[in-house]
Amino acid sequence: MKKKTEVCISLLLIGLLFLLLFILEQRLPRTHMLFTVLKKGAIYALVGVSMNLLNGFTGLFSLGQAGFMLLGAYTYGILTIPVAQRANVYLYYDGGIIQFAIHPILAMIAGGILAAIFAFLIGLPVLRLKSDYLAIATLGFAEIIRAIFQWDKLGPVTNGSNVLRSFPIYRSVLFYFAVAVICIGIIAFMINSTYGRAFKAIRDDEIAAEAMGINLAHHKRIAFVVSSFFAGISGALLAMYQTNIQASMFKSAMTYEILLMVVIGGIGSITGSCISSFLFIACSEWWLRFLDKDTFIGDFHVPLLRSGFRKVVFSVIIMIIVLFFRQGIMGTKEFSVRGIYRWLTRRKANKQKGGETVG
Amino acid sequence: MKKRIFSVMMSAALAIGMLASATTMAATVKIGVFEPASGDNGAGGKQETLGIQYANSIAPTVEIGGETYDVVLDIVDNESSNDKGPTAAAQLVGDGVSVVLGSYGSGVSIAASDIFREAGIPAIGVTCTNPQVTLGNTHYFRICFLDPFQGSVLASFASENFGAKKAYVLTKLGDDYSAGLGFYFTKAFQALGGEVVSETFLEGNMDFASYITTAKNEGCEVFFAPTSTEAAALIINQADAQGLTIPLLAGDTWDSNVILNAAAGKNVQIYVTTFYQEGGNPEFDEGVKEFINSTSVNLANNGGDDTVAAVTAMGYDAYFTALEALKAAGSTDAAAVNEALWGTTYEGVSGHIEFDQENGDAVRDAAFVKMANTETAAWDFVAQQTTADID
Amino acid sequence: MTWLSRNLPYLVAGISVGGQYALIAIGYTMVYGILRLINFAHGDIFMVAGIIMVYASASMPIYVSIPLVLILTVLLGFTVERVAYKPLRSAPRMSVMISAIGVSYLLQNLVFYITGGLTKQYPALPWLGDSVTVFGVTTKRVTFVTPILTIILVVLLVLLIKKTKIGMAMRAASKDFETSQLMGIKINSVISTTFIIGSLLAAVGSLLFFTNYTGVSPTSGAMPGLKAFVAAVFGGIGSIPGAVLGAFLIGISENLIRGLGWTTFQDAFTFALLIIVLIFKPTGLFGEKATDKV
Repeated sequence: MKKKTEVCISLLLIGLLFLLLFILEQRLPRTHMLFTVLKKGAIYALVGVSMNLLNGFTGLFSLGQAGFMLLGAYTYGILTIPVAQRANVYLYYDGGIIQFAIHPILAMIAGGILAAIFAFLIGLPVLRLKSDYLAIATLGFAEIIRAIFQWDKLGPVTNGSNVLRSFPIYRSVLFYFAVAVICIGIIAFMINSTYGRAFKAIRDDEIAAEAMGINLAHHKRIAFVVSSFFAGISGALLAMYQTNIQASMFKSAMTYEILLMVVIGGIGSITGSCISSFLFIACSEWWLRFLDKDTFIGDFHVPLLRSGFRKVVFSVIIMIIVLFFRQGIMGTKEFSVRGIYRWLTRRKANKQKGGETVG
Repeated sequence: MKKRIFSVMMSAALAIGMLASATTMAATVKIGVFEPASGDNGAGGKQETLGIQYANSIAPTVEIGGETYDVVLDIVDNESSNDKGPTAAAQLVGDGVSVVLGSYGSGVSIAASDIFREAGIPAIGVTCTNPQVTLGNTHYFRICFLDPFQGSVLASFASENFGAKKAYVLTKLGDDYSAGLGFYFTKAFQALGGEVVSETFLEGNMDFASYITTAKNEGCEVFFAPTSTEAAALIINQADAQGLTIPLLAGDTWDSNVILNAAAGKNVQIYVTTFYQEGGNPEFDEGVKEFINSTSVNLANNGGDDTVAAVTAMGYDAYFTALEALKAAGSTDAAAVNEALWGTTYEGVSGHIEFDQENGDAVRDAAFVKMANTETAAWDFVAQQTTADID
Repeated sequence: MTWLSRNLPYLVAGISVGGQYALIAIGYTMVYGILRLINFAHGDIFMVAGIIMVYASASMPIYVSIPLVLILTVLLGFTVERVAYKPLRSAPRMSVMISAIGVSYLLQNLVFYITGGLTKQYPALPWLGDSVTVFGVTTKRVTFVTPILTIILVVLLVLLIKKTKIGMAMRAASKDFETSQLMGIKINSVISTTFIIGSLLAAVGSLLFFTNYTGVSPTSGAMPGLKAFVAAVFGGIGSIPGAVLGAFLIGISENLIRGLGWTTFQDAFTFALLIIVLIFKPTGLFGEKATDKV
């Protein structure tokens, strides 16, 4: 199949997806759980892919994602709350010191940029560390960022540890998908460029990569900054989705959750991260909810079902996947038009050979 | 092979999900109960829910527009968490409730407020006392007093009863209720000429030793801790261990048997402000005690004994206020209920309920002050404070 | 003198918390030394020990429930290793760590389910939980007992590692995993022993910790676990004296920070300290020099 046709078909499929979403939004009530899942899924898909860029493609084990999301979310919130609402939001700080608001899209990009700047600064000392030490240092930085944003001396800007709210939000699921698709597209483009090949070389063997003439520090920094930029963007999206934000939401547990999604999807697979984040969100927020409710079938009281059971089942499923499906859903493979095409043609070829099935 | 098992599992999960969401009923009106059943405020949320359930057991139907509707309570757990709460709220919205009651804890109410507003569903705050819950919106109402009032009551109580000139204020970082009440107490106490030493503790903190040391070192005369009951139990325990002799003051959250159990047999003085005093309405007390003792689940939800918490009374009142609004609206349509709520009045066990026309806050000017009796493990009535007493 | 009497309580509290962190940190550092695995579930094992005590003491006397807690916690640590880590021995390190996060998630959610998500009151242990006044500091007796008990246990542990056969095997395994296997060391039993010792110390730590801070909730283990892990990295992961020293340092500095009124930064400060140490001494205070294998 030609490269050009492949791109065309991919774009067509994405177009169809948007059309489907548009129709769904017209048909179903706006408050349907499906949209909650789709929005949150899109946000986590983006942050998952950005984390995969680091952990899966560059081999940098970083656990700072929650901190960068916080930066994006706060930048968005602080810059977009309408001036008229500020007195209500910054209730304990006399309306805060920032008395202007900018366009939401600009604020979202500003959030990404701030996260990228922080990543650059943090990266200078931290990226020299190896594997687990890097993980714990980035985790530590995320916690430090969180503490700074909760500091009451910065209250006039950040509203201290209190909720930021009343900022403008986009309601349509199309917006979240559009941002996510564009950003993931950029990351995918990067991974398929010379940079991406350098990243993979670093992941597979740092010393060999260096010997090949790849500038380790430079490439690691680029991966870290780009990943953080998109984490910041997804943080801004999360702020819109949740309609309010608070520093205490961005705990290390959030990073672990994203890491689980990446691993379940397959480390080193962009489409894997996307698929798994939607499945993850749908399971945890929607499909397994019935496990939390006392249920009667006729007079029979279904045992075990009560608040919290959903999470137990969910974590057991995760353990099963981690232990028995080590490669995750996609492994390092990608779900692409070319792949399907190849799969279909190979199947045909196999059938002609004598009907063996492709497993 | 593994992939195939995986896909079968996934589709099974999907199918179960579809089945579960396909239950419908006829001639019913749904009231959403948005309360914490776990997390920091789980204990209090369960007691508030009990009040709502008791009210529902007394009045399981309501007459709306000449037709009798069964009232179905749709109870979700917001996990006392500002990030989990909105999803629970979205579930209520998805279920199509006509009105929402809750939540215990102001933070989750503020966090979920926009979800309800988006969906056009009115909410009645039961015991969320932070002003931000109702400020600047037209869909969130509340039947309890507000923190500026509660803070002033506590401040004047501290300065009049104990002659305190210096107060120690300990709040939880990132908890709107705690931060708000601490803020208003500080403001009122300073206005009375007092001095305040304030500190915060982080989420998940269990070590209160150093805070109590600071309170002692600074020579504070009262220890004000507007916190959840979880932290309260730890504070009481630690205060006793370190021999803290100054009175502990707190707001409505501490009016709970968790506190009584923690304080039992210890050398501490605890004073709280609250909405309702057991004995205020003997008929209600008797009924609710019977309800609590009727099943082991209810008893466990109330913390293992049948002490009537003020939040239970408030939950009870909130339910009937919602029924009044439904009757007045003449329809189960959320928008109509929202409109009707502005004019709704109700004589509750905790007092007369009506909403002001600005924010939809209860017009209330009285709070009870109670003291924990460490010998009998019960609350002793101390005083009733009104707006007039503060000025 | 007044300065001392004002600040002594912070120091005493810090030393006590430090001792409790140390007991947890040993589990992290030993496991990391051998498996190069950050056992994220260790903090939750500590928390589960607390929950077992809550339920055990409700139905049986203290002198029965304490040994029971120790035994069950050790069993739990052993089982977790066998079920969740052993099958992944040949897998990439990332998979094992994810498995550890998964176990941590599972334990928290299980406890959440069992307790209904509410904090459980830890039983008051006699003698340990009584208030005493020493040097003008009034606090629970456990505060003073903890550092002493910690030191005794650490000395015993170091003796075990230095003098016994299994200790030698442990040292060999942490030096070079593959070679020690070739030399005929039963690596699985060494690893199991490591987990057993780690869980036992975590159980003792939980007895002391929760006697002091009497509420057990599903997430109670998260922060102490993270702090203890930081302590282990701080002291040079793999080194037991390093972990103990790191734990005491972190416990004390955390309480002094609070004494200064910087509570917002108490956790952040711990991490900042860690990052600074890592940048200037990437393997921690007492860590061995890591060699890169090509």
